[in-house]
Amino acid sequence: MEIIISNSSGVPIYEQIKEQIKTQIVSNELKANELLPSIRTLAKDLRCSVITTKNAYEELVKEGYVTNIPSKGFYVAEINQEVVLEELLNKIENLLDAAVRIAKKNHIERTMIEERLDILYEEES
Amino acid sequence: MKSVLEVKDLSKKYSGFELKNINFQLPQGMIMGFIGENGAGKTTTIKAILDIIKNYAGEIKIFGLDSRKNPNQIQEEIGVVLDDMFFPEILTPTNIDSIMKDIYKKWDSNLYFKYLDQFSLPKEKQIKAFSKGMRKKLEIVTALSHHPKLLILDEPTSGLDPIARNEVIGLFQEFIEKEDGSILLSSHITTDLEHIADYITFINDGEIILSKTCDELLNEYGIVKCTEKEFQKLDSNDYIQYIKRKCEYEVLVENKKKFIKKYHYEVIDKITLDDLMFLMIKGVK
Repeated sequence: MEIIISNSSGVPIYEQIKEQIKTQIVSNELKANELLPSIRTLAKDLRCSVITTKNAYEELVKEGYVTNIPSKGFYVAEINQEVVLEELLNKIENLLDAAVRIAKKNHIERTMIEERLDILYEEES
Repeated sequence: MKSVLEVKDLSKKYSGFELKNINFQLPQGMIMGFIGENGAGKTTTIKAILDIIKNYAGEIKIFGLDSRKNPNQIQEEIGVVLDDMFFPEILTPTNIDSIMKDIYKKWDSNLYFKYLDQFSLPKEKQIKAFSKGMRKKLEIVTALSHHPKLLILDEPTSGLDPIARNEVIGLFQEFIEKEDGSILLSSHITTDLEHIADYITFINDGEIILSKTCDELLNEYGIVKCTEKEFQKLDSNDYIQYIKRKCEYEVLVENKKKFIKKYHYEVIDKITLDDLMFLMIKGVK
């Protein structure tokens, strides 16, 4: 499992860990039912505190990405693709919301935004 | 969560210095960083925990046992590094092995010699020929070699270069991982603590002024830098303390997010333990 932590990004470390594990679960790099490293091992490997890794895992459990089997450990959960899609769409909506707000504030027309969107999509493929 | 160390209402009076109602708890499997200025009472507290200072008011429980009533039982399970070296200078690391074998039932010579190799410490050289860093490393590996359940370390990384500090911190984390151990560690090198400490307990002038999870402190507390005009607009309930600098005000706030919302600040710098200590001690309200 690869996790890269930035100490200067301002994002709390537990959140960085959580997001990166989530990404790996969604992309199927971490497979369902795979055992994750223990809280303490992960803390040692990442040079962070035990509470930090514990927080990250607990949040992942809460959000349904990971299951905790007492005295055994944390396993990747079988994730529901619909839930994942929902979450991704939420993320996109938030980013679009920011873009639209800037556009409205500065009286930029919708068609101009759509044009940009088309260009971005073409670049991607 | 079970506590391995509980300090309850610890008080001790000296002429000119006093420990006042010290209270904190260290849960099992956790690392607690103990910070404060020189002379704030860190070493005195640690010495009371270790039963070196005896006539104090209050209660100290280690592994659930009263530390004054069960000193031998507790000593067997604790590893200690104090600020001042306690080995006679004419001994060699090999001599220390034979002495420790008689002191600790669980002394593990194999582990001890493995650590000596790991830290490139000569086995047959007298300690008086050791550098300061080597002495510190020797103390640390000695403290770890009887499989203790609790480590109590007073300034274990002082005098070590960054490479050695890194190695030592790795060793502490390994101890937490493999031995299910707990650590109370005082240090001036707060960056070390920011990485590995689960809890921070802050002592000032003989009093505990803060004992919280390190994550909470680093993620929620913040320092706001503002002009005098902006400062005048702040409600004094919204900050802990402040310092007036030549060109700006530095204001310590307990909840960054709330503050940003209320006063519409763009960003608030991430806090370091050094900033926190400085503003708590030198700041005013």
